[in-house]
Amino acid sequence: MRKKKKFLLEFLRMLLLLFLVCLFAFILIAKSPIDPLVSYIGTNSTLSVEAKKQIAEYWGLNDPLPQRFLTWVVNLLHGDMGTSITYKKPVIQVIMERFSYSAILMLLAWLFSGIFGFIIGTICGIRQGGIFDRIVKFFCLTMKSAPTFWLGLMFLVIFAVKLGLFPIGMAVPMGKLASEITLADRIHHLILPVVTLTVANISEVVLYTRQRLIEIINSDFVLYARTRGENERQIITRHVLRNIALPAITLQFASFSELFGGMALAENVFAYPGIGTATTAAALNGDAPLLMGIALLSAIFVFSGNLIANLLYGVFDPRIREDEA
Amino acid sequence: MKGKKAPVLQVNDLVVAFSMYQRGFHKKNLEVIHALSLEVGAGEIVAVVGSSGSGKSILAHAVLNLLPKNAVCSGDILYKGESLDSKKCKQLFGREIAFIPQSIDYLDPLMKVGEQVQGVYGTKERQRELFEKYQLSQETENKYPFQLSGGMARRTLISGAMMHHPDLIIADEPTPGLDLDMAMETLKHFRDFADQGTAVLMITHDIDLALNVADRVAVFYAGTILEEAPTADFIAGKEAVRHPYSKALIDALPQNSFTPIAGTQPYAGNLPSGCLFADRCIYRDEKCVGEQKMRDVSGGKVRCAHAT
Repeated sequence: MRKKKKFLLEFLRMLLLLFLVCLFAFILIAKSPIDPLVSYIGTNSTLSVEAKKQIAEYWGLNDPLPQRFLTWVVNLLHGDMGTSITYKKPVIQVIMERFSYSAILMLLAWLFSGIFGFIIGTICGIRQGGIFDRIVKFFCLTMKSAPTFWLGLMFLVIFAVKLGLFPIGMAVPMGKLASEITLADRIHHLILPVVTLTVANISEVVLYTRQRLIEIINSDFVLYARTRGENERQIITRHVLRNIALPAITLQFASFSELFGGMALAENVFAYPGIGTATTAAALNGDAPLLMGIALLSAIFVFSGNLIANLLYGVFDPRIREDEA
Repeated sequence: MKGKKAPVLQVNDLVVAFSMYQRGFHKKNLEVIHALSLEVGAGEIVAVVGSSGSGKSILAHAVLNLLPKNAVCSGDILYKGESLDSKKCKQLFGREIAFIPQSIDYLDPLMKVGEQVQGVYGTKERQRELFEKYQLSQETENKYPFQLSGGMARRTLISGAMMHHPDLIIADEPTPGLDLDMAMETLKHFRDFADQGTAVLMITHDIDLALNVADRVAVFYAGTILEEAPTADFIAGKEAVRHPYSKALIDALPQNSFTPIAGTQPYAGNLPSGCLFADRCIYRDEKCVGEQKMRDVSGGKVRCAHAT
């Protein structure tokens, strides 16, 4: 019963958050120097002043801000997010197409950084202070400080330009017919962006897992487990892994925001046709409807991650589960 | 039974120091346990009593090779006459040697207690048998540590220790957080272990409770034992004990005059060179300068030049 209530409460919170995100994004775009009319017809338009006024009136650009926002919200609720100026297609369609590219990129990077990060972090923690641990720690701190786009550029320079192992960008080979594109082509193009995003996100998992493991190894309950005759392997498998895996999984969900941000940068470096490049294009072209749509999408995405993290905590940790029961 | 056979646990001249950094990279050794000797025979309960911060838990951890890496240990720890090093500990832990920790924090918060009581050597049957013996309901085995009350937690930890009928039990502060009845019951369990031939080393700050079950009492102060004597002497009153600190302890008990003495226990980094208790002692004179050796005085041992 209380679980249902909690879920409902979270849902309401999400609605409120989305509303606020939309409101702020709307105000920001409205107050920015972007003129939707100019964006639409171009700066060198030969349209008469009269005609321009008519379009502005038709679009409702002269209405007060609250009314314009309301119109946008009402249309949104009817499933209409407007038309993208950049792509000359409905915003919904642009987002759907683009997000499928970004989603596969983020999903793979998320899985790899989570799985490998956890394994590497565990090994580091067990061999704390050893050569492997030191190298990994140095690497992680460097990667954590390095901006994603720089990381992407470095990978491009080394693996695509110098070694020629991977294409330098895009999601499919240039100049090939859509019907000729194979799955292998797509995978080949996906590798470098995924590696970049994985490396950019892995540090946090590694360092967190390592730190948690060291804490647990030195905890009182591991000390007690030792006096009960458990050997190092039994201690790791019976107590340590369980105690670090659950927080690590939740951390992975809670890091959706960094994943999304990293994705946007990585896509731009690799000219990968996902949401990230669409964002840049929309911003450069003053594409207000698309910007609003992407703001909404990113808010939903990040909030879902946090929501899942919150709910998982309850599922995994008996101490929190008890509170909700 | 006492002292006739080879003792189960024998500690000779134990010294424990922690190396730590002071101001920058200057390394310093902080000696927390000094020249401590102790014996626990089969079927015997020895209570080490001392106030908080005197290093009692470190004694337990030192005996069990559980000290952190920056600890330096010297002296001998013998189990049934053989050196108890960490390899030996690993062989005996969970079977012949059992440790009863201070609190529920020593149980894995994410593992059900039944599974933890069984450990890696135990069986479910034995665990159920013990739970029944210690009046823990069947459902308890499926609970997590945070769901247990203080008394249940204590009995759970005792069940863990009894999984294999150990020959040596080391209990660190077994009574805090328990009401008097529960504390007495816990101590009764210790008496039962001892009567079955187990050697019990009980570390506690509660001298009053210790007097109820222990065979011998060792008074711990500033990292060493000042006096070790049969429990009967402590019950008999301050005239029967040898060391001025022991006398003060007895005076401080609520049922006696309930009078504290002035001063505090010296800090491990700043110990006097002579008698550790000298600065609080009313008998202090020139004999108290220089190291005080443990001497046998009328059936007990004491570290005091004045004791008779």
